Amino acid sequence: MGTTNLNKSEISVKSRTENLSLIRDFVSSKTSDAGLAKDEIENVMLAVDEACTNIIKHAYNSFPDGEIVIKLEYNSDKLLVTIIDHGSTFDPNGIPDPDLQKYYRDGRVGGLGMFLMKTLMDDVKYITVPGKYNQVLLSKRIN
Amino acid sequence: MAEFSTAIIDRGDVSVINVSGYLDAHTAPTLESNFTELIDNNKFKIVVNFKDLAYISSAGLGVFMAYVEKIRDNAGDIKLTNMNEKVYNIFDLLGFPLLYEIFSTEDEAVNKFNKSDKVGNDESK
Repeated sequence: MGTTNLNKSEISVKSRTENLSLIRDFVSSKTSDAGLAKDEIENVMLAVDEACTNIIKHAYNSFPDGEIVIKLEYNSDKLLVTIIDHGSTFDPNGIPDPDLQKYYRDGRVGGLGMFLMKTLMDDVKYITVPGKYNQVLLSKRIN
Repeated sequence: MAEFSTAIIDRGDVSVINVSGYLDAHTAPTLESNFTELIDNNKFKIVVNFKDLAYISSAGLGVFMAYVEKIRDNAGDIKLTNMNEKVYNIFDLLGFPLLYEIFSTEDEAVNKFNKSDKVGNDESK
């Protein structure tokens, strides 16, 4: 991402589901001037919610005092959200796209969030440094 | 602070759950307890009215997946109504319209249950 007119914001929250509304409000307020349509902002909000929900439930295994840092930056071309946690390592390649009929038969509900993130954003990347941190990078082009 | 609330209204033997506000991983347990309560009371004909629902994440969608099989095993169903476009789009992305009947109005969903009962009665004659 170039540095021309780069807008940056950051928030740090504890790994609790009660903070999801705070996270969504942060995303929606900080992207309001990014040049994205309202429904695109809502899609980014949902993708960030899904990423943070996965971190709370899986990386931190519902431990309430882990730290989640959300960095949001955009220029005129692209919005990038970087979400960092220090929880357990997670291999996104081990999570297949959900087969809803199979889920129904098996009574399983996981994997839907990751599928939504991939569908709602232009690109989703995971970077993990085992024992140190995990990063989820969500990006969206701005037209 | 996002708010979420539910209210259950009986319409004959159909239970209507009105959901309102933001349904996410934090608020999904409220809806789960509604389903548990209805199932414990042998109420398996359930309509969920989304008229006042502003937001849903996969944690909210997961609630419907978690209970639907048990409800259908007991000759019931979960029927969904009055979704705004945004909420419907999320259901649609995940293929839910294949698994759930989605109606524009609560009356249609409730009538569908009553109609199915009549068909059942006719067959038993």
